Amino acid sequence: MKADPKGVMTGAYFIDGDHACAEGAIAAGCRFVAGYPITPSTEVVERMAERFPLIGGMFIQMEDEIASSIAIQGAVWAGKKAMTVTSGPGFSLMMEHLGLAAMTETPCVFVDVQRAGPSTGLPTLPAQGDMMQARWGSHGDYAIIALCPNSPQEAFDLAIKAFNLAEQYRVPVLLMMDECVGHMTERVVIPPADQIEITPRRYWEGPQEGFLLFKAGKDLVPPIVKAGDGYNIHVTGLTHDERGYPVMTPAAQEKLVRRLVDKIRKNADAIVEYKEDQVEGAEIVVVSYGITSRVAIPALEQARKEGMKVGHLRLITAWPFPSKRIRELSTKIQGFVVPEINYGQMVREVERCVAGRSRVRLVPHGGGSVHDPKDIYAAIAGVRKG
Amino acid sequence: MTEETMDTDISMPTNTVEDFLRMERLPHIWCPGCGIGTTVNCFAHALEASGLDLKKVAVVSGIGCTGRVSGYMKLDSFHTTHGRAIPFATGLKLANPELKVVVYSGDGDLTAIGGNHFIHAARRNVDMTVILLNNFIYGMTGGQVAPTTPIGATASTTPYGNFEEPFNLPYLAESCGAVYVARWTAFHVRHATKSIKEALLKKGFSFVEIMAPCPTLYSRRNRLGDGLDQMKFYRDNSEILNGADTKTLGLTFQGKITVGKFVDKDKPTYLEAMNAFYAQKFGDKFSPYKG
Repeated sequence: MKADPKGVMTGAYFIDGDHACAEGAIAAGCRFVAGYPITPSTEVVERMAERFPLIGGMFIQMEDEIASSIAIQGAVWAGKKAMTVTSGPGFSLMMEHLGLAAMTETPCVFVDVQRAGPSTGLPTLPAQGDMMQARWGSHGDYAIIALCPNSPQEAFDLAIKAFNLAEQYRVPVLLMMDECVGHMTERVVIPPADQIEITPRRYWEGPQEGFLLFKAGKDLVPPIVKAGDGYNIHVTGLTHDERGYPVMTPAAQEKLVRRLVDKIRKNADAIVEYKEDQVEGAEIVVVSYGITSRVAIPALEQARKEGMKVGHLRLITAWPFPSKRIRELSTKIQGFVVPEINYGQMVREVERCVAGRSRVRLVPHGGGSVHDPKDIYAAIAGVRKG
Repeated sequence: MTEETMDTDISMPTNTVEDFLRMERLPHIWCPGCGIGTTVNCFAHALEASGLDLKKVAVVSGIGCTGRVSGYMKLDSFHTTHGRAIPFATGLKLANPELKVVVYSGDGDLTAIGGNHFIHAARRNVDMTVILLNNFIYGMTGGQVAPTTPIGATASTTPYGNFEEPFNLPYLAESCGAVYVARWTAFHVRHATKSIKEALLKKGFSFVEIMAPCPTLYSRRNRLGDGLDQMKFYRDNSEILNGADTKTLGLTFQGKITVGKFVDKDKPTYLEAMNAFYAQKFGDKFSPYKG
């Protein structure tokens, strides 16, 4: 279906990534946001607070990030599309509820505008240190989807995609921004509502009798209903059967949790998105995401000028990771260069897929600024020599 | 025995609250003598008496023995995370104001780990009913000290007795903004039922505390006998004092218990306040938020 024109501010704007993310969410149909102020994500909720009263949305500033990350789930079960927004310390507080959303298959969006950590770290400065936390931060086993915009335009576009994927797979989706993308101001084009494709909630359309809230179809995703529709649904974070009733057995655990993981894993080909530039025929491939994908460009240009065959693969989905593509490239090229603003997170995924078939070189950065492109260039030149 | 007589035998008198329960989930997990089931009975009768459209009633629990209540109610029911039933309920209610949202959980869940959410929901006067079952202990995890454990009472993590000042819950609720505050014990079945009904029909943040026996952990460890002994204690030591000053309602170990309805006042709910404020601010540009 197409976006509701009521919320869509069609036009060209000069806005930052945080504001663009807010507009993307609104265009996607988000009408409930709960959040708690934290730099560098606050502008997202500030824009929601300003925009929502006049378009029928509800923004509530909760008492903390724990409350925010579960208030949105209450709102989803009442029928809203809902989102919360935070940065590192708040993201840590939200982890239990990321797990709840995964376990109860509550479609919702978490935005993390990454800053340098650990702990309070560098509140106003960039990092990409929450990438593994996004995937593994809540206890137990589960799967999520995480997207990485590298511009305000993409913050808008991927906010819409995040909501669409959440509905498609009944899963929490994480929009992993970074401080640079959140705070950089660029041209953002918001298309007319009738050009914005929206995935509606996959409500059950069959007879009420015999409906099971956690009985999945072929794509492993169960249809959903909402509170107040007369289904007497039960939703629990305990291991549950297809009715949603708690069952404390290894067999129930195996059936439920395997499906929660498989519904992302087995649909990975449909979910995974990346952008390639001159990867065909390349000897070296730089794998990057977020702001670092833009910082890498001068390094790539320098290397190409010097005759090196260097390609660029930019992750749009960090999770699920494009394992298949990296594995395939690893049999053809000399090496990968992975710059990221941490001491080695997504590079572990690259190494896992490469499995020793080619070289992998991390370009680490502790956070607080972006890389010097010279360091990325040096890694490209270095990995080529071996 | 013929089939005909068997049929007659099966049509035994049924409990009138069966319609409110997920009978297929019984027997429940609660211990013999536990007071939670008694309060569920009160809740079901209060729902019946309230005349509410049950399709539009949702019950939200946190974690713990009382947290299991949501799973037994034949309503839209949500068993959330430890301490977070209230913020979940806040989202549910604000997203669909047509719903009657009830939070049903224990003292540890709602006032220790969930204490911050409790005070803020009361402050905002979010339209919800909070039924708090106070058994003075963490039951599910084996009887640890709670923010409600009276001074001198023994718990597994206060083996020499508790010396921390406990919460006076009606006072806490009133001072944070609750518009309806009552306290009963599991002995006061009719009073508790009436209070829950009133709370369900009250607009705003309504709060009902119900003290209940935990014979397995609290009573046993403190040598207070079984569930029945605790009910007798409630009968002999409770004083009904409607309208009592909530400041005076602190509880002591096996001391006198003041029960009653203490607060019943009117104040705009979160949504009423928001709609009125924005209507004034934006005039015609604003249409009242209806979810």
